[in-house]
Amino acid sequence: MLKTGLSRPGTPYLLLIPGVIFLFTFFIWPIANLAQTSTQTPIAGGDTGEYEQTFRFANYLEAFLENREQFGRSFLYAAIATILALAIAYPLAYAIAFKAGKMKNVLLVLVVAPFFTSFLLRTIAWKQILGEQGFVVPFLRDFNLISPATTLTSSAFAVVTGMTYNFLPFMTLPIYASIDRIDPRTLEASGDLYANGITTFKKVTLPLSLPGVVAGTLLTFIPAAGDYVNAAILGSPQTTMIGNVIESRFFAIVDYPTAAALSFILMTSILILVTLYIRKAGTEELV
Amino acid sequence: MRKTSRWFQRNLLRIYAVIAFTYLLIPVAYTVAFSFNNGGRSNLVWKGFTFDNWLNPCGAPQVCEALGNSIKIGFLATVFSTILGTMIAFAIGRHKFRGRAATNSMIFLPMATPEIVLGASLLSLFLTLQINPGFWPTVIGHVVFCVSFVVVTVKARIASLDPRLEQAAMDLYANEFQTFRRVTFPLVAPGIAAAALLAFSLSFDDFVITNFNSGTMTTFPKFVYVAAARGIPPQANVIGSAMFIIAIAIVIAGQVVGRKRAVK
Repeated sequence: MLKTGLSRPGTPYLLLIPGVIFLFTFFIWPIANLAQTSTQTPIAGGDTGEYEQTFRFANYLEAFLENREQFGRSFLYAAIATILALAIAYPLAYAIAFKAGKMKNVLLVLVVAPFFTSFLLRTIAWKQILGEQGFVVPFLRDFNLISPATTLTSSAFAVVTGMTYNFLPFMTLPIYASIDRIDPRTLEASGDLYANGITTFKKVTLPLSLPGVVAGTLLTFIPAAGDYVNAAILGSPQTTMIGNVIESRFFAIVDYPTAAALSFILMTSILILVTLYIRKAGTEELV
Repeated sequence: MRKTSRWFQRNLLRIYAVIAFTYLLIPVAYTVAFSFNNGGRSNLVWKGFTFDNWLNPCGAPQVCEALGNSIKIGFLATVFSTILGTMIAFAIGRHKFRGRAATNSMIFLPMATPEIVLGASLLSLFLTLQINPGFWPTVIGHVVFCVSFVVVTVKARIASLDPRLEQAAMDLYANEFQTFRRVTFPLVAPGIAAAALLAFSLSFDDFVITNFNSGTMTTFPKFVYVAAARGIPPQANVIGSAMFIIAIAIVIAGQVVGRKRAVK
């Protein structure tokens, strides 16, 4: 820590006050309020959407049991999308960091480029690409890879494809950042010590790039588990995720307590998974 | 035969990168291509080439109103989150103080919370306080999730500064304020600019938090989502493509300016 005159004891607090007040008001308070909502029950004889506090913790159990499948699907789809994104992103990040030469910056822009068109437009583009009018289905049918009756849209396949695609840059950038930081001389040293390419990768490159992998998987898994846009556009009623349920409980059914309980279960289970994962991966200096 | 396989081995990674980039850019190409589609109101099937959509980007009802709202919200959310986030980043990155770890986790939490939970919890607070969802609730929601990204980006820049530069300024009798204004701030400024750009693109593209807190107001992503059910007008593709081109132009301009400075 730099020790200059800038570190007067009061300065950090002055800098923090506005931001912390803001986050307390619009992040912590809403979460607390959501916790309160989650144990409410409908007012007897009241209108739709009118609830009173009865501290009914059974709301959680009911909400969970009713939506076990959607919870399972959310975590399964998110896990598959994260693994696929990692499989696509790691070699890509490696290629950009080590093989791109002068093209490096151009390729990095290309990785971020999809961000600049609205992600909803891109998700809808996937619906077109995988749809009957797109080029994928006729291609697969010509080679007899799928039966003429099989469609690709409105399926788990389409949802996972969309999720993998949408979160891919979040995976690629942190991995790239950590690979790019590797001093090429460490790789040369490994070669000088008679390690072959595979050993060098396993013992040098991979461990050094691990912080990027951890950050990338978190940045992909967390939004993917809570996502409902991909399932809404590319999926069917058989592929609904927990996000879809929360959304419809809130707006279509006006069942705030269940929506709140579901949000809480989702948030806590993600936090627990993330904590375990960070412990296991051994990198706590993520933030 | 052996020669080809060796060529293949040596270029495996390059071939792979080409395939990966194709995958990344195909939906973008689709979006741009369909902005030239003569498809009328439902833009799902290719019906022929036309410039009409580009000449008349506001032709579809509500699309430009939605775009205007997105730009206004994006601008406000960027200004507020950049100011708040930069202050927090300086506090955490430059100072040791009691509660630093707690502040750190408070910054991490919004990023570890799924957007739908952020959106739903904020809406339930507004409902409890009997505040109607709309423009300002949406701006507030966007600031909540943008702040953390600003803090992380600016903090990384602060951490990469050489502390000796500031010490040198102090040695040369600059006072605290002068050191900050003439040395620290200019060095951190690129990080702040990057954070602001990130905040704007996050806000502009946000759908989930907007959907929960905007009430009857439309933003561009919300417009696309609602229209998706009956087919999006090609004008939406025009706006998406235009944003893409503008953003790429800004990045290229930034690169060129950066290179010129480096040469000087």
